Amino acid sequence: MAIGDSIKRVDAYGKVTGQARYTADLVPQEAYHASLVRATVANGEVTGFSLARAQAVEGVVAVFTCFDVPDRPFPTPGHPWSVEPAHQDIADRKLLNRRVRVWGDEVAVVVARDRLTAARAAALVEVQYQTYPPLLTPEAALAEGATVLHPELRKDNVLAHSAFALGEVSYDEAAREEGLIEAGGRYEVPAVQHCHLEPVHAFAYGEGGRIVVVSSTQIPHIVRRVVGQALGIDWGQVRVIKPYVGGGFGNKQEVLVEPLAAWLSMQLGGHPVSIELTREEVLGCTRVRHPFVWEVSGLVRPDGTLVARRYRAWSNQGGYASHGHAIAANAANQFKQAYHDERALESESWTVYTNCTTAGAMRGYGVPQSCFVTECLTDDLCRKLGMDPLAFRLKNCMREGYVDPHNGIPCLSYGLRDCLTEGAAVFDWAAKRRAYQHQHGPRRRGVGMALFTYKTGVYPISLETSACRMLLHQDGSFTVQMGATEIGQGADTAFTQMAAAALGVSEERVRVISTQDTDVSPFDTGAYASRQCYVTGMAIRKTAQSLREKMLSYAAWLLERPADTLALRDGAIFDQTGQQVLTLKQLGMESCYNLRRTEHLAAEETVHCQSNTLSTGVCFAEVEVDLPLGRVTVLRLLNVHDSGRIINHQLAEAQVHGGMSMGLGYALSEQLLYDAEGRPRNDNLLDYKMPTAMDTPPLEVLFIEKEDPSGPFGNKALGEPPAVPVAPAIRNAVLHATGVAINSLPLSPDKLTQAFAAAGLYEEEAGEYV
Amino acid sequence: MLRVIEFWLNGRRREVAVDPREALLDTLRERFGLTSVKRGCEVGECGACTVLIDGVSVDSCCYLTIWAQDKHILTVEGLQKDNGELSDIQKIFIEEAAVQCGFCTPGLILSAVEIIAAGKPRTREELRRLISGHLCRCTGYENILNAVERALRESLAKKTEPN
Amino acid sequence: MYDFADIYQAESELDAVRALHEDRQAMVIAGGTDVLVGIRAGRYPSARLVSVHGLEALTGVQMTADGGLRIGPCTTFSALESDPLIARHLPFLAQAAGHVGGPQIRNMGTVGGNLANGATSADTAPALLCCNAVLELTSWQGVRRVPLRDFYTGPGQTVRAQDELLTAIAISPADCNGLAGCSLKYGRRAAMEIATLNCAALLRREGDQIAELRLAFGVAAPTPVRCPEAEALAAGAAWSSALAEQLAQAALRETRPRNSWRASADFRRRLIAELTRRAVTAAWQQTEEGM
Repeated sequence: MAIGDSIKRVDAYGKVTGQARYTADLVPQEAYHASLVRATVANGEVTGFSLARAQAVEGVVAVFTCFDVPDRPFPTPGHPWSVEPAHQDIADRKLLNRRVRVWGDEVAVVVARDRLTAARAAALVEVQYQTYPPLLTPEAALAEGATVLHPELRKDNVLAHSAFALGEVSYDEAAREEGLIEAGGRYEVPAVQHCHLEPVHAFAYGEGGRIVVVSSTQIPHIVRRVVGQALGIDWGQVRVIKPYVGGGFGNKQEVLVEPLAAWLSMQLGGHPVSIELTREEVLGCTRVRHPFVWEVSGLVRPDGTLVARRYRAWSNQGGYASHGHAIAANAANQFKQAYHDERALESESWTVYTNCTTAGAMRGYGVPQSCFVTECLTDDLCRKLGMDPLAFRLKNCMREGYVDPHNGIPCLSYGLRDCLTEGAAVFDWAAKRRAYQHQHGPRRRGVGMALFTYKTGVYPISLETSACRMLLHQDGSFTVQMGATEIGQGADTAFTQMAAAALGVSEERVRVISTQDTDVSPFDTGAYASRQCYVTGMAIRKTAQSLREKMLSYAAWLLERPADTLALRDGAIFDQTGQQVLTLKQLGMESCYNLRRTEHLAAEETVHCQSNTLSTGVCFAEVEVDLPLGRVTVLRLLNVHDSGRIINHQLAEAQVHGGMSMGLGYALSEQLLYDAEGRPRNDNLLDYKMPTAMDTPPLEVLFIEKEDPSGPFGNKALGEPPAVPVAPAIRNAVLHATGVAINSLPLSPDKLTQAFAAAGLYEEEAGEYV
Repeated sequence: MLRVIEFWLNGRRREVAVDPREALLDTLRERFGLTSVKRGCEVGECGACTVLIDGVSVDSCCYLTIWAQDKHILTVEGLQKDNGELSDIQKIFIEEAAVQCGFCTPGLILSAVEIIAAGKPRTREELRRLISGHLCRCTGYENILNAVERALRESLAKKTEPN
Repeated sequence: MYDFADIYQAESELDAVRALHEDRQAMVIAGGTDVLVGIRAGRYPSARLVSVHGLEALTGVQMTADGGLRIGPCTTFSALESDPLIARHLPFLAQAAGHVGGPQIRNMGTVGGNLANGATSADTAPALLCCNAVLELTSWQGVRRVPLRDFYTGPGQTVRAQDELLTAIAISPADCNGLAGCSLKYGRRAAMEIATLNCAALLRREGDQIAELRLAFGVAAPTPVRCPEAEALAAGAAWSSALAEQLAQAALRETRPRNSWRASADFRRRLIAELTRRAVTAAWQQTEEGM
């Protein structure tokens, strides 16, 4: 087996038998359970509590309120620490908050002997508030006289603002050219939630004066740091353990409940305290994907040349900074990268605090949003122009050799045009596009596409570092330890393949330790930014090289011959004649038990990654629209990915399927809704509509494999991209089917029927739909 | 105020004292350590806690343990052989890469067991409906359907083979 | 773990009725998919439950001596969907039962619970309204029979008293023979849904005419409703697409859908009209196939 082969998941046996232990499976029997008292206002200030009824409940151990916790703000996003204070994340959270900025804000907590008692008592805590009008949109938060939500940090509700311009002229100047066609308008995407199947869960306990936190997290080393910050203790006093994780998708790239669990345990003499959020809390009170509103426009020549575009974005941050403006910046960058504007590009973005659910990282980090607006505008331009969307994209999309003019990120292996052309061929784009012209009647079909660009990891915007440790055992097998995390995506299997390839052994000899323990595991920032196979892959490669050298050097001593006459391959050591001279088992045994010289064969290396490269891809969608019911049925979805060399085809395809499904939900049905007071209305999996198997079409995947010169195994980003282009491809297919451009997500039946009515599609002429 | 009840759990007769307010999910996890039964939503909307009771799939979060008197309960812990060898359906889930984060997996495997036990050929669309009580965020259901379809096909083929 | 005060597992129908009589605060639990979820949401604090879960006598579908059908209220949706008598006599009821939630919920939830909780969104209610179903309510005092049409009094409210147990859903021979029907559910997803709208149509054909039509909706009003005006319009009328349109307009006049965050009243009106057209057409087409 080799890189690219579809070896089976290394953790699958545990997962099909129940042996794989997740956080809930590890909570000690004697643990206390904490239930949060959540604000029932979205904007206000806690003025007091009545705790007597809660405290009287049998089985309650303790009740703590926002008046009891340290007055020490801390940040929550899973970003690498910055040694420069100006680049550190905004610290605007406390363990419990007196100033309430979101509905469901944590204002008090009940600790009890069991979950039910904790929940029952938490419901009996009475909270008094001073309330302010909820600010639920950027418009409301930016209006004159709006309550400033973080007056200690900002003078108004703008968390951050940024702008850039490219080209020889301004957009308005470019627009003066004769004969240009302009399209654009206002576009919008809603808040959606990750819906990892395993809820957010952590528990903490004392151990020899230190605190141990077991958490379902993507970022164990960052959790350690933030718990240290939040509790005001040295980071080494915190030990974080990450067991198997039932999905994260960015919500667990956030420090959500760990600091409070740790603090509660410390208040209770180190007794284990578990905080397992309910599904309702996960949906309504953790993090969401940022809602955006845009005003964008574009100018094209009749020959199809993209002349200029203008982008103005308002990102709805919710109550706390979390990942903040990094999302809006990433979004604006992909709008820029995806197309070549001949004369001008103007971009301006605001991230605005509101009283909606705090927005954070979610698969795609601003790019699913930005891809929606980018690709809506593209097809709106094509429509006005009367040009085929494929031809337009081939003419104007990001070119080979592209380098982002601002952050310097290059596209070192270029597959975007191949994605477009090979995808179009597989999808039968041209024939379908023709076949679905001039349709009549209540059911109409259409095809649409969307393309995207996506960076690999966060360099040079932020730090990229990773470490790996490898050990040779007596039996000739290896263990590989990393700080990088398996959260369901298949990282441990890819790491196994990478380590085996780099060591020159078969995968059966390699065991990746799935659990991270910050006392033991090498440092890595974690699972996010589609970075691990790239950055951590570099650490694996480097460590394997180092271990190979040590093994060969020790073998040379054993065999009394120069190291450069020996080679490690196929799981054994060979001499120059190709003769096997030592098995790895012999080497492992000697290294431990040789009476003259033992040398435990292990290596640990750090990589400081200072490269990046753009992945790209395209989604093709075919839909049928039931006009009278406003129902969109997706008949076919094809994702084509240019992600460099694929490490494991079968698992990569599986990961792409999941992203497509998430994109499908974003397109058609998912949206976290709020009432006028800012309370989430649909914080359950019945009313929050992620797709079921019956809502999902066959999912097709195609890889355009170009060896990326910067990737450790020719690879580049794949984890997040599959979720990015699906929603705009479906929107554009609906546009093709009906001629109606829907400029906001989701494509709900209510919205569609109104738009179809406004477009006159329901005016029957001789019994026919026009 | 515990009540003693008896049922068959993964083929073995078990007696257990339970709180009558206990969901079967709690009993299986807390009293029998069957960690394959996952708590995903607690209200029957995600399917992660699915078990088979007398061969029929139910959400164990919405099923009171006291109702299980004398019933046969199956979780994935009851599927593999004593030597740890996996059942065909478990193997096929692995081979078809139907497993990702693993949180929906045990429940889906049990629905697959129910589908196969019915012994009826099913179309892909019928299979979609038969697994529609499980939410999965990782797979888009594609490989899960592949696995269930293949397991069913192989099972039906075995049945029709002459001895 | 659920936060209720107590549960009594009844051993028989009579035992359950006695328990409800003796504890005037007690409430019935059958499949559990609605009551337990309500308890978790805090809707029934300190509830005392009388469980009829799995009582054989209340389970299953039987043909009565006169050729009618008697549906046990503890029959699960799955059992109803696959029942041979239902398949033969009222396939549109099987269709409606198949619209509930997902497989596990259909394996647990009961048709009796679907009606007894009074929800306008009950997936089986429109079909059962079309069948002129009569509910048998049993208390310690005796038995009374209430047509489903008279059962609902408001959102989540019915005429059933606390101490009454729903013991049977009866359908007369005339209401389960020689009819063709169709149940349609509109939800955002194809499974695991609460209905945005439910519609059921049941008709008897004579020649090229609709001899009799029954049309019912869920979520088109505070309770599931029949549409007498549309039904009167159809009686004796020749089938045509123009008739379907007239029925759609009549149904709109007879329903009162509301605005909610799940869907606007306007959209629900659109659904009422369109699902009327589709359900009546599908029911008519079945009579064509049968000929």
